[in-house]
Amino acid sequence: MFTRNFNRAMQYENKSMMDLYFMDARSKLIDIAAFMDRVERSGETDDFRYRELVKALGALRGSDRAETVLNMLSDPSAAPIEKAGAGPAVGAFKQD
Amino acid sequence: MVRLNKTRLMRYIEPHAHMVSRTMDDYQALAMAGCRAICEPAFWAGFDRSSVHGFYDYFCQLTEHEPKRAARYHIAHYAWICINPKEAEDPEFAREVIKIMPEFLAKDNVLGVGEIGLNKNSKNEVAIFEEQVQLALDHNQLILIHTPHLEDKFKVTKLTIDILRQFPEIDPARVMIDHVEEHTIKQVLDAGFWAGITLYPESKCTPPRAVDMLERYGDTNRLWMNSACDWGVSDPMALPKAILELRKRGFDDATIDRFVYQNPLKFIQQSGAKILSEL
Repeated sequence: MFTRNFNRAMQYENKSMMDLYFMDARSKLIDIAAFMDRVERSGETDDFRYRELVKALGALRGSDRAETVLNMLSDPSAAPIEKAGAGPAVGAFKQD
Repeated sequence: MVRLNKTRLMRYIEPHAHMVSRTMDDYQALAMAGCRAICEPAFWAGFDRSSVHGFYDYFCQLTEHEPKRAARYHIAHYAWICINPKEAEDPEFAREVIKIMPEFLAKDNVLGVGEIGLNKNSKNEVAIFEEQVQLALDHNQLILIHTPHLEDKFKVTKLTIDILRQFPEIDPARVMIDHVEEHTIKQVLDAGFWAGITLYPESKCTPPRAVDMLERYGDTNRLWMNSACDWGVSDPMALPKAILELRKRGFDDATIDRFVYQNPLKFIQQSGAKILSEL
């Protein structure tokens, strides 16, 4: 009996990607919007990390979005540097 | 997949966890979730160690003490040995540490040299990375390579592959390049290496993104997932959460078992370490 009921319940398992992830994506989109409002109110929109993040938002209109966003926030150079600096990574690369 | 009285029991290997930073509660939770084995790479302690003795004690902790803690929950424990890239900026000190590594590489429960690699891409880091790759080759060891978080990952991954290509005797099937994301996974797999997907709450990959990558590249059978849980913001239960995500996306039990148990087992069995018979 348990097995039969369990199998019936499992029929509802395979939802579409929209069913599985829309609410989560909606929540994260609103979080980004609220973050941008917050930074604007605090007068920090000149911070390079903010500028790079706003630039990366443009990638959402294209394809391979995750890969493109990651590339846009990455150091594009190729050669090793002379000496490792102190401090942690900050999540965006200062392009200029 | 193990079946007992028609009830499915998930089994998995956690192939990258820094358990010296975790509590016994975490071991208990991992055991209850189906974890059969943990692989623990040597890493940065959050501060630079002041002496070679500090590393010696750490390597003893990884190879002697931590396996006993894991065994209390019937979890097998294996270690990787190295000096990490964050402490490679002083090359003379790093070379002193490298001298004590062979004693530990000879142990039955050591998988190889790792997690080595680059952090900030400095010339000293490159030199110590190359010397540890050579050490691994000299001792016929597997290699586990760290790629850094965030904006340095793309550059480091490309540089790492370029460096490895300078060693013609390297078999890519014996090298794991860890912490890949969508912008680095393809180049790692195309070069013939194994790729690790790390599930981190903030700076690496979420379970849905990990499953996206498995959908695209899982057929290579050169992928594993790990939590890389340590003393930072991390989740030792990330892998069971990814297993749940795989189920939500409709993967069958046999495929999930391949991703989270058979693939990591296949990689670590190449080590020559004494893998417990129950695995």
